Amino acid sequence: MLSRLIPVRETILGAAILALLLLIASRFSGFVAPANLLNVFNDTAPLIILALGQMVVILTRCIDLSVAANLALTGMAVAMLNVAMPGLPIPVIIAVAIGLGAVMGAINGLLVWKLMIPPIVVTLGTMAVFRGIIFLISDGKWVNAHEMSDAFTGFPRAVILGLPVLSWVALLTVAIFGIMMSRTALGRSIFAVGGNPDAAVYTGIDVGRVKFLAFVLSGALAGLTGYLWVARYAVAYVDIAGGFELEVVAACVIGGISIAGGIGSVGGAVLGALFLGVIKNALPVINISPFWQLAISGSAILIAVAFNARSGKTKGRIILKSAEASE
Amino acid sequence: MTEPLTPVVSMDAITKIFPGVKALDAVHLKLYAGQVTALVGENGAGKSTTVKVLTGIYRPDEGTVRIDGTPVTFTDPNAASDNGITAIHQETVLFDELSVAENIFIGHAPRTRFGLIDRHAMYEAAARLLRSIGANFDPRTRLRHLGIANKHLVAIARALSVDARVVIMDEPTAALSHKEIEELYELIENLKSQGKAILFISHKFDEIFRIADRYTVFRDGAFIDEGLIDDIDRDGLVKLMVGRAVDHIFPTREMTATEDVLQVVGYAHPTEFADIGFTLKRGEILGFYGLVGAGRSEFMQSLFGITKPSKGVCKIKGKIRVIRSPADAISNGIVYVPEDRGKQGAVIGLPIFQNITLPSLGRTSRSGFLRMVEEFALAREYAERLDLRAASLDQDVGQLSGGNQQKVVIAKWLATQPQVIILDEPTKGIDIGSKAAVHEFMAELAAQGLSVIMVSSEIPEVIGMSDRVIIMRDGRIVAEVAGDEMQPDVLVRHAAGIGEMSQLEDA
Repeated sequence: MLSRLIPVRETILGAAILALLLLIASRFSGFVAPANLLNVFNDTAPLIILALGQMVVILTRCIDLSVAANLALTGMAVAMLNVAMPGLPIPVIIAVAIGLGAVMGAINGLLVWKLMIPPIVVTLGTMAVFRGIIFLISDGKWVNAHEMSDAFTGFPRAVILGLPVLSWVALLTVAIFGIMMSRTALGRSIFAVGGNPDAAVYTGIDVGRVKFLAFVLSGALAGLTGYLWVARYAVAYVDIAGGFELEVVAACVIGGISIAGGIGSVGGAVLGALFLGVIKNALPVINISPFWQLAISGSAILIAVAFNARSGKTKGRIILKSAEASE
Repeated sequence: MTEPLTPVVSMDAITKIFPGVKALDAVHLKLYAGQVTALVGENGAGKSTTVKVLTGIYRPDEGTVRIDGTPVTFTDPNAASDNGITAIHQETVLFDELSVAENIFIGHAPRTRFGLIDRHAMYEAAARLLRSIGANFDPRTRLRHLGIANKHLVAIARALSVDARVVIMDEPTAALSHKEIEELYELIENLKSQGKAILFISHKFDEIFRIADRYTVFRDGAFIDEGLIDDIDRDGLVKLMVGRAVDHIFPTREMTATEDVLQVVGYAHPTEFADIGFTLKRGEILGFYGLVGAGRSEFMQSLFGITKPSKGVCKIKGKIRVIRSPADAISNGIVYVPEDRGKQGAVIGLPIFQNITLPSLGRTSRSGFLRMVEEFALAREYAERLDLRAASLDQDVGQLSGGNQQKVVIAKWLATQPQVIILDEPTKGIDIGSKAAVHEFMAELAAQGLSVIMVSSEIPEVIGMSDRVIIMRDGRIVAEVAGDEMQPDVLVRHAAGIGEMSQLEDA
């Protein structure tokens, strides 16, 4: 049945990832060793977390281009906080990171909600503003590994049950978002706002508020990732994760999240991120120039969009057919 | 007046079918040089479709359009304007950021030898055109800086710039003040003397009798009659417009309850409506009749909290309530089924059951988490009550037929267990069979004690279904009729504001 449309899309994407892995394994079998796959997953964890936040925003027919700048600013802020107060416990650092990220998301959200500025303009603006602020608070200087406390840098790498904390955070986020999207009124509202904003208004959903909350969620995840990123690489500077927002959007698009809003799933976003993660990690291993990586991710985006556009069209045709049949 | 030999344009047995409705059923229309023909009919009579056929926007399914007696086929709007047919639409389609001259000549600007736009010639020609219709502003002005009446003049100038022989005016006076209307009359006289054939569409009888030479009447997409204005009076025209009796069987109902459910007092909006007040009883069907643009839907949206009224209170079951958002309205037991159900109804992409439970999520969740079991139970209950035909409730609503999608939308609202349901044009664009089912269902809802407000422009439906009818004109309630007073001509007179009749009644 066509009602399984979204799972079909995910199955195809999953199959594409498997085919990719097989292809790589034929050139270099070490890549598919479980330990290496876990490494790839861990490496892709930040992308997965950010893609989930971006997914929520895109579902409401918006876009958040400021995620990478938000990540970098939060990362710099918590790194400086750590330098200033090395004794601050990690849970406090994480709370500060999430809170700071959420505030930046809320700024985006308020501009979209209250001033009704198009989201792409808002986040393009805040993206530049956030990067600028990093420069102002850091004077353009780096915060290096030796300045950070061991607890600060150690947390994402600590291994629990065979997996680094960074991977666990990604898994936890996936679980929380999975439940939120399918089992809460907010999740349902997010789909409704993107699927048919006019109808959502009549249903008593405040469309602007839902968009605002989507930006807050995206910002909070960017903040969380900001800490994890800076701690993992043990360095913070102005240009951290420069251009990463495009990779995040790409992961969503490849994962079948419709840029027109309303269609998408947590599974799709995760698979989209993993697809990019596999390409990024595999190509250097099998001696393919990293520039091919860009071309391949680009092609993947185009194929994914073409595929989604086609499935959207099929759907339209079916509505007409059944309308005809019912006459 | 002598009968000219050949009409400039004639439509012979034109039929246009849209999925589920026959918008035009073998209609005839003739336009003569130097004469104004008024096309008269209720909302939904097929007037706008006629305009679109004449201007090449729609292609007729059957019949021929002839120009000077020669059959023509318009494949696109350009073909119509090449044949000298031009229209001034209800909502003028102009570009705010371009200059007046550019607006007039967009698409057919004079060119220089090199194929570039000859600005000089364009401004000259534009100035000439504007002078000829008595518009005294610079063609270099940006359209944005003009008022609505002047924009209208630009639209007229644009219509004339293509060397038009036939000018179609669709409700041209809707946005104009009294003085501007007088100027428009002069302009029409001017066009007549130039030998142009004019099709004039208006709801206002004063205007028709003032300006038109001939009339053609349509009803429900069918041709009814045509003739010279001098041979008919207002009453005759109204009779032709509304037809005789109600030729569709409506469910019989008995209204017994007298308890007031909703009381609306002094609702006003700065631009859309003023002084709206009425009472709605339990189990009652209250009809709202009026011409398109009378402010009915605008008021309903305000009652439902989508737009905010500047003044007004409503009392629900004796308690004063402030409704500022649709969520407030829903929690106070008022729901609104909008006219454009495609756009404002179902959320395509969500499965059926999630569409049905969307406004009721508060009831189907426990401590913030939705309970699938309860959601399904609620959805199943209402899907069964409405006899929804679907393979399964987790099917995407987009795969359902139009009629079944509508059932999903109605099920969604009933699932909130409302006290007042506002139905905006509940049967617009659906076939006769489905109409009867909707009427049956409305009667059933009222019998169960739900109060229904029905906004409708179809007179038979208003009269057949309503216990009382409120008639609105120009944003105000002009009359309230019940029982034997609910007659087609009474409704039309009030809605169109035909002078003598309302004076008689006041006396």
